[in-house]
Amino acid sequence: MIRLEGVHKSFGPKRVLRGVDLTIERGQSMVIIGGSGTGKSVLLKCVLGLIRHDSGTITLEGEDVLTAERDAFLARFGMLFQGGALFDSLAVWQNVAFRLLRGSLKRPMAEAREIAIEKLRRVGLTPDVADLFPSELSGGMQKRVGLARAIAAEPDVIFFDEPTTGLDPIMAGVINELIREIVVEMGATAMTITHDMSSVRAIADRVAMLHDGVVKWEGPVARMDDATDPYLHQFITGSADGPIEAVR
Amino acid sequence: MILLSPLGAIGRSTLSMLGLIGRVAIYAAQAISHLVRPPFYPREFAQALLQIGWLSLPVVGLTALFTGGALALQIYAGGARFNAEAVVPSIVAIGMVRELGPVLGGLMVAGRVASAIAAEIGTMKVTEQIDALVTLSTHPMKYLTAPRVLAATLSLPVLVAVGDVIGIFGGYLVGTSRLGFNPATYLDNTVDFLELWDVLSGLVKGAVFGFIVALMGCYHGMNSGRGARGVGRATTNAVVSASILILASNYLLTELFFTA
Repeated sequence: MIRLEGVHKSFGPKRVLRGVDLTIERGQSMVIIGGSGTGKSVLLKCVLGLIRHDSGTITLEGEDVLTAERDAFLARFGMLFQGGALFDSLAVWQNVAFRLLRGSLKRPMAEAREIAIEKLRRVGLTPDVADLFPSELSGGMQKRVGLARAIAAEPDVIFFDEPTTGLDPIMAGVINELIREIVVEMGATAMTITHDMSSVRAIADRVAMLHDGVVKWEGPVARMDDATDPYLHQFITGSADGPIEAVR
Repeated sequence: MILLSPLGAIGRSTLSMLGLIGRVAIYAAQAISHLVRPPFYPREFAQALLQIGWLSLPVVGLTALFTGGALALQIYAGGARFNAEAVVPSIVAIGMVRELGPVLGGLMVAGRVASAIAAEIGTMKVTEQIDALVTLSTHPMKYLTAPRVLAATLSLPVLVAVGDVIGIFGGYLVGTSRLGFNPATYLDNTVDFLELWDVLSGLVKGAVFGFIVALMGCYHGMNSGRGARGVGRATTNAVVSASILILASNYLLTELFFTA
């Protein structure tokens, strides 16, 4: 279980997170929605310890993210980055098996390659992709490779940062389906940030709406459309009229 | 108030510069501490050695060759004013191994390598590859900085040594083909006047310059701003700061080695 209590984070005078409270149960898929610049990515990076929050507590299974032993803590996470964040200088299979080629999870190279090819197959890529470099792949293929890398070490928790950004609707649908299948299959806890409503409906068990540094609404995805919260309603309908200011 | 304004600007610049020196010093200390603590990444070290050392050989070699030749011409022309043309071989040798070999080698590598490192790491930062490294339980200082700093510190002395030989050879070519020196006499004068410390001091300088080049490349890459402009600025800053630090540390090392 991931629990966030009163999490604050500022960058200079800009207060990005103003007291976020959120609980994600084990095995649950939580999707955090909100407009651009509302602190979704910052929140996710605080959970991972990539950014140190100013106050409040973030715990994973009761263990504070700031005091946990870093290697063991990070070994429990997988993450799909918005742009893929694949390492340009490494072949696809080395990207996927990155964690299996070094550190505490190190395996023999042949075994790591075999696992990488199996994970690539799981995300719908053929083994001949394994020896290509990221620059030789399309955007959709890069997302798939990023997804394969995120699941390669079979983590307990997987984060997805804008998984469908920059993809055409068909490819976005394929990635959404893959994410849902993999999360269910692995029994992993998932935390996704997105402002793509089709992703929300495909991936989420529960949804949290972040606005102005706090969670404005949180509940099951099935109740999202009936919710009366004006912020959530404006966001899911994409209306320019409402409490969320739209720059015209 | 009008008079205080320039003073304020000088004060702010001084504080900003002191802050930068402090941050670079902390970064250098961290880089050194990661050099001696496992895990180590031998493959990344080997790649850095190839990129920084091997692929810089043509640049350093050509620079040394032309510098050695020009030096021979200058010393011959200058020495002719007081009938001291015979010192050409020894001055070329001492000038190359003590000063021009390490300094020009360092500056050429700064231009080639510091910029490449800053651009590569800066791009990794803006495309979230550095964050990805952290989530994959890999410390960026260990994986990116330590191998490059070690490779540059070890390969620069070798490049300087090769540059010294090529530079002296450049002087020899010009001396024997254009200035009328006897080849055997030229070589004898070169070897007779050169002392071991002349060579060693140049190699030590090379190691220090190598450390500076890689450190500046990594520091500015890691602290790169967003977008193409941020990476471009990091690249420029890496080359400029590495070049200035090389020249400043060259003076300090020369003071330490030859006047203390």
